[in-house]
Amino acid sequence: MTESAAMPSQSISPESAQRKVRISVLRYNPQERGSVPRMQTYELEEADGMTLFIALNEIREKQDASLQFDFVCRAGICGSCAMVINGRPGLACRTLTRSLGSEITLAPLPVFELIADLSVNTGKWMRAMSERLQAWVHMKQIEVDISRLEERMEPELAQKIYELDRCIECGCCVAGCGTARMREDFVGAVGLNKIARFRLDPRDARTDADFYELVGDDSGVFGCMSLLACHDVCPKALPLATQIAFVRRKMAGAGWK
Amino acid sequence: MNVIYTDVLVIGGGLAGLRIGIGAKRRGHDVTILSLVPPKRSHSAAAQGGMQASLGNVVKAMGDNEDVHFEDTVRGSDWGADQRVVRMFVDTAPKAVRELAAWGVPWSRVQKGDRQVIINAQKVTITERDEAHGLVMQRDFGGTKKSRACYVSDGTGHAMLYAMSDQAIAHAITVHERMEALALIHDGSRCYGAVARNLVTGELVAYVAKATAIASGGAGRLYRATTNAVICEGIGTALALETGVAAVANMEAIQFHPTAIFPASILVTEGCRGDGGLLRDAAGKRFMPDYEPEKKELASRDVVARRMEEHIRRGAGVKSRFGEHLWLDITLLGAKHINSNLREVKEICQYFLGIDPIKDWIPVRPAQHYTMGGVRTDHTGGSPTLKGLYAAGEAACWDLHGFNRLGGNSVAETVVGGMIVGEFIADFCDRPESDLQLSTGLIREFLEHEQAKLDALAAGNGSEDANALRARMQEIMTSKVGIFRTGDDLAAAVEELQSLLRRSRNIGLRYTARGANPELVSAYRLPKMLRLALCVAHGALIRTESRGAHFRQDYPRRNDAEWLHRTLATWKNADDTLPTLAREPLDVMQMELPPGWRGYGAKDYVDHPDTPRRAAEVEAIRTKLAGAARAAVQDALMPCATLLPQRFRGPNERIDEPFAPPAAPRQSTSPT
Ligand SMILES: Cc1cc2nc3c(=O)[nH]c(=O)nc-3n(C[C@H](O)[C@H](O)[C@H](O)COP(=O)(O)OP(=O)(O)OC[C@H]3O[C@@H](n4cnc5c(N)ncnc54)[C@H](O)[C@@H]3O)c2cc1C
Ligand code: SF4
Ligand code: SF4
Ligand code: FES
Repeated sequence: MTESAAMPSQSISPESAQRKVRISVLRYNPQERGSVPRMQTYELEEADGMTLFIALNEIREKQDASLQFDFVCRAGICGSCAMVINGRPGLACRTLTRSLGSEITLAPLPVFELIADLSVNTGKWMRAMSERLQAWVHMKQIEVDISRLEERMEPELAQKIYELDRCIECGCCVAGCGTARMREDFVGAVGLNKIARFRLDPRDARTDADFYELVGDDSGVFGCMSLLACHDVCPKALPLATQIAFVRRKMAGAGWK
Repeated sequence: MNVIYTDVLVIGGGLAGLRIGIGAKRRGHDVTILSLVPPKRSHSAAAQGGMQASLGNVVKAMGDNEDVHFEDTVRGSDWGADQRVVRMFVDTAPKAVRELAAWGVPWSRVQKGDRQVIINAQKVTITERDEAHGLVMQRDFGGTKKSRACYVSDGTGHAMLYAMSDQAIAHAITVHERMEALALIHDGSRCYGAVARNLVTGELVAYVAKATAIASGGAGRLYRATTNAVICEGIGTALALETGVAAVANMEAIQFHPTAIFPASILVTEGCRGDGGLLRDAAGKRFMPDYEPEKKELASRDVVARRMEEHIRRGAGVKSRFGEHLWLDITLLGAKHINSNLREVKEICQYFLGIDPIKDWIPVRPAQHYTMGGVRTDHTGGSPTLKGLYAAGEAACWDLHGFNRLGGNSVAETVVGGMIVGEFIADFCDRPESDLQLSTGLIREFLEHEQAKLDALAAGNGSEDANALRARMQEIMTSKVGIFRTGDDLAAAVEELQSLLRRSRNIGLRYTARGANPELVSAYRLPKMLRLALCVAHGALIRTESRGAHFRQDYPRRNDAEWLHRTLATWKNADDTLPTLAREPLDVMQMELPPGWRGYGAKDYVDHPDTPRRAAEVEAIRTKLAGAARAAVQDALMPCATLLPQRFRGPNERIDEPFAPPAAPRQSTSPT
């Protein structure tokens, strides 16, 4: 059976007739004198398996060399290419044009500093958030002898930490968040998720009182209105709703003390 | 003049660059890291499979140690590696995993008791030991004798890069994102930093530093079909080449990964096969056992990739409108395993192919994957010809991988290399004679030179299209400098690449803005990429043998008598259209493991004249020291214990090689 097998009936989409798609992009380059925000529409022939990564590169190569956007891994893992796709934040590289209508609207993520067109400075925002939340493991002992066996950890706990560690800092949750749009200093679901992640990690020496210092106010967990737009748009399907609720409960508890 | 002074300038914010930065900063030096993108978006994040380190935790890793890892790596390299560097690497790899464990990487952990696995298409029960419970989990990867790859579920590189980057933030290390190094500042003998371009504003900045480290990753985008991210263009490596003084080595050694999804070339991890996945052809037949009866799907990458292409050439490929491919079948692993351990693979299949690997086969074909060559350094990571220049990670060739790197050895190398090179850089910066003495005239000269080149591009109204030339280069590399190489193809490739290089001097831009301008970027990168491509193609043409991933159909045998050499390439004059190639011999008489058969692939090679003599010597030493501790035997064969920085020396503890309690604290992994 394993040496030779019949091919399973693949669920690959059947080849379908080509269609034209119209992609409208919100364009603005603050670097360029005289540039004003405007919509620009490009029309192109859809190819099989065409993602927005392929489509935007084709536009740039064949129609408009000045169009700006960011892609790195083009495989849905690095978080570079988040943009607002038909009104909803998402990763452009793993969005098949076929999954959208023939009219596609693209805009840069709000909240983040605009670089140009679809390119925004998520890196700067994320670094500031990390510094503000001290989002790293604060080790218990200063000396760790790395020639000795590593400290043990329960397999399920490692898996649980990884589940929260999967955030790719794409910024979709921040772009979808009402509080983040109103409060520049709000740490966003991405930040609250990080608190949950380090709180869960036994290697981190911080206590709930320490975490309270970091997120126990309106720029942190009490600024969140729990409308959970973040949860719906996270491309990594992180359990943001439960994590935010959990952190809020813990922080409320820590605040009482 | 926009000048920034720093002690250590690191070009690259991936695993290697970040670890260098942390090491140098902990030793009290001021560090600035440049990166094209936010560090956490570096390509290191893409590694799914694992990190090799001989912890010996799982049952299938019992008996593993530095010696076994050493042999696997040297064999994998087809004896092209520097064996002393391999030793330094295998000794430090367990320490690197443990350091990362302390820094917060959520390594998957061993669960004691029974576990079902698939080996050679059979369900097998493995019972993990009680005493291993909770230690770092390991799995099998191609080309290794033991289960040695430590992993974090399906996101190893991501979790490593995030922990490393978080540590860099904890150490308050300055990172300048969207800042691209364009040229190294040097006077022909000493490197003083780099000229960089702000990718948002277009401004040039001179970074002046005592030590400059290139950690810019691989050069996959020289090829059309590659698993690499779009920023892996080899620019950092090309900067070293363009000094005319520093050399790049073994650029012809390019690895192709067997399982990139077809046609987008996004990688699905080796872990698929390590966990029991099979390769099938158009007829549904599992074909690898016919070619490689012993290792089958798990032979080293170069062998599997070649066998796949061979099988397609024999007409067994699946035909599609984009070309031919084969199948990767992981359906037999089951939904539970795929959903938990191979989720990233599942996502890739869903989003980019619209299929479900729990029930569907995955269309795959080999694609360019890894650049073994890079900036030539010695075992400290320092350039032997340009003082103050260092390199580590995929961009470097201190020569751990020789002509083929093993899966999982690369992320391990980035961290280990970062640890080791970071210390040597700190040593260098500590020495008073390393203090900077340079004239501002030199800085100005380099800044003006780069500015003039950019101005000429933006103002020039040449007739060539940068993107078209680039696409042609990538096509040539994939079709003529790929998995199967011949003298005729390579000569044609070298010829045409030279003509592309000439034509690249006559580029005209459609969009001429000086700030953020992707077309300008691709135009100024093009000559750099072409020079590197020429190093690959010309090196491959000259090397009339087959070794590791470099396979010449017209010279199918490995030829140690003539080719136990590293290829060094330098670019003497900016106007040249070919690199100047030289040979750097490997000394058989110093080798701990004299050349032999790799244990897979063709058993057909020409010996070096010294090999029998060295083999006899090694044999005699082993006989004489029979029963001695393995460290003593190793030291007698190839003394290299003192090559490592002090803080990384010494044995590694394992369940089966316990240290005497109580613990004597050796070194710190603390953040500041
Ligand atoms: C899909 C995929 C999967 C892989 N899986 C594995 C695996 O399972 N196990 C394994 O061991 N290896 C794996 N590898 C290989 C491994 O991931 C890489 O070799 C390794 O991560 C490279 O790390 P690095 O730090 O050298 O470079 P990168 O992580 O590539 O970082 C390069 C950095 O340099 C910067 N840079 C580049 N040029 C410039 C410039 N001119 N100026 C300024 N900055 C610049 C970039 O911004 C980036 O920050 C995989 C590779 C791929 C492609
Ligand atoms: S939590 Fe989700 S949406 Fe937010 S940054 Fe992380 S991956 Fe993106
Ligand atoms: S639940 Fe909180 S973090 Fe999420 S979108 Fe709403 S306000 Fe923002
Ligand atoms: S480009 Fe990396 S997630 Fe889209």
